[in-house]
Amino acid sequence: MPNLKFEEALGRLEEIVKTLEKGELPLEESLKIFEEGVRMSKTCLKMLDEAEKKVEILLGDKNGKKQPKPFALTEDTEERTADSD
Amino acid sequence: MALRIFSVTELTLLIKQEVEETFLDIWVEGEVSNLRMPSSGHIYLTLKDQESQLRAVIFRSSGRHLKFQPKDGQQILCRGHLTVYEPRGEYQLVVDYLEPKGIGALQLAFEQLKERLRAEGLFDEQRKRPLPMLPQRIGIITSRTGAVLHDILRILDRRFPNLSILIHPVAVQGEGARDEIVRAIEDLNALSASGRELDVLILARGGGSLEDLWSFNEETVARAIAASRIPIISAVGHETDYTIADFVADLRAPTPSAAAELVVRPKQELIGWVQSLDERIKYALRVHLETQRSKLRETQRSILSPRKRLETFFLKLDELGWRSGQALVRLIREKRTSLHDRTQGLSSLRPDTRLKYWNILLGSRHSQLIQQMTSIIESRKATLAEVMGRMDSLSPLAVLARGYCIARRLPTLEVVREAKHVVRGDRLKLKLYRGELSCWVDKVRLEG
Repeated sequence: MPNLKFEEALGRLEEIVKTLEKGELPLEESLKIFEEGVRMSKTCLKMLDEAEKKVEILLGDKNGKKQPKPFALTEDTEERTADSD
Repeated sequence: MALRIFSVTELTLLIKQEVEETFLDIWVEGEVSNLRMPSSGHIYLTLKDQESQLRAVIFRSSGRHLKFQPKDGQQILCRGHLTVYEPRGEYQLVVDYLEPKGIGALQLAFEQLKERLRAEGLFDEQRKRPLPMLPQRIGIITSRTGAVLHDILRILDRRFPNLSILIHPVAVQGEGARDEIVRAIEDLNALSASGRELDVLILARGGGSLEDLWSFNEETVARAIAASRIPIISAVGHETDYTIADFVADLRAPTPSAAAELVVRPKQELIGWVQSLDERIKYALRVHLETQRSKLRETQRSILSPRKRLETFFLKLDELGWRSGQALVRLIREKRTSLHDRTQGLSSLRPDTRLKYWNILLGSRHSQLIQQMTSIIESRKATLAEVMGRMDSLSPLAVLARGYCIARRLPTLEVVREAKHVVRGDRLKLKLYRGELSCWVDKVRLEG
């Protein structure tokens, strides 16, 4: 499911819950959307976990071209004391 | 022409009138000196420039509304009126509004730009883009140094440990800040378009004076925010500070820390949300299946026992048949009785029948009558015999038989009971037991 946004997946999941809770669908279709729902909830949970923790800062290189570089919070804290805002 | 000599008071009053009427509402700018704030709450100061001085007072009632405190040496702009204080022959400026010099112009510029951009529709609600619920990558435009970046990163890390963040360091005040901010917004948009997508930007700065925050009131910054394809959260200054950037941004966070809280929900909360939905679909399906199953069971039951249902049906049919038969019989019986009654009634009304009836009645009455008459006659006969028996004993004939006779005078035939009733020569008839005698009276003896 490429390009599926979290809120879209969550929205679909909520829709499925509501449909199932109404209980008006024939059994076969209920089973079908139930499977979709379970898939959606797995997708949602996966999305929450798959983002990679990464904090970067854009810094200009020798040619003035900006490149993302890793950024550590502690480093920043130290700098803060030296360079007041 | 007489020389007019004023008293000091007269002159002072004239000056007072003149001055107070002329300088009723004036703006004065100058440097604050000799500032005094006695416990009365009024503020006294002297406004000066290179050449002159002007005493000024800010009465407590006006001072209360001032948003800023004047300091010695500060350039200020005041609005007020002149008064003359007669006892000392001095005049002073009564200030009812003042602001640090220069800021007024900024404020004016701010209001004008705000109005212009509002008119252009840059602040319109429908321009605001929705923020992603789960940002894939967050761009932060702020000072590399300072508490703001630190606070944002700390809060984000606490709420959602595995987030991807790209910081674009900029100067947030002073010369060049405006252009750096504009370029940062453009850079991040370009970067997002070319490679790894950024789906939300936070434009942040800590608290400061109006001048400190000024870059965020610049038109180019406002336009860069409006042009950004990536939604932007503005988080400039404190809760009470509003900048043009705040109005244009897709979301205004009252503080930089608040921006970190608005940009993403706590991961745990999102997980909990998904899990509760997951449980709900499972529960809903179970309920659904259970409903279907019981429906099936019901259907099965009715399919498996058609014979039973038929039997019941036949029983019922029988009962209905029997009951309707009963009812029919009862009905016929009732009708028959009713018919019989009617026939009876009718036949009794037939003339020949009635005639016969009367004949019979007549016959019976006739014999009754005869019987009664006979019995009456018989009883009379018996009575007569009895009476006649008794009459025998009383009959004069019976007395006559014993030798008596009845004497009756002729021709009247009166019974003669005493001798004095007859005279000699009367004729008497004597009735004997058998036969009669006609006699003449010969002699009458009156005795006894």
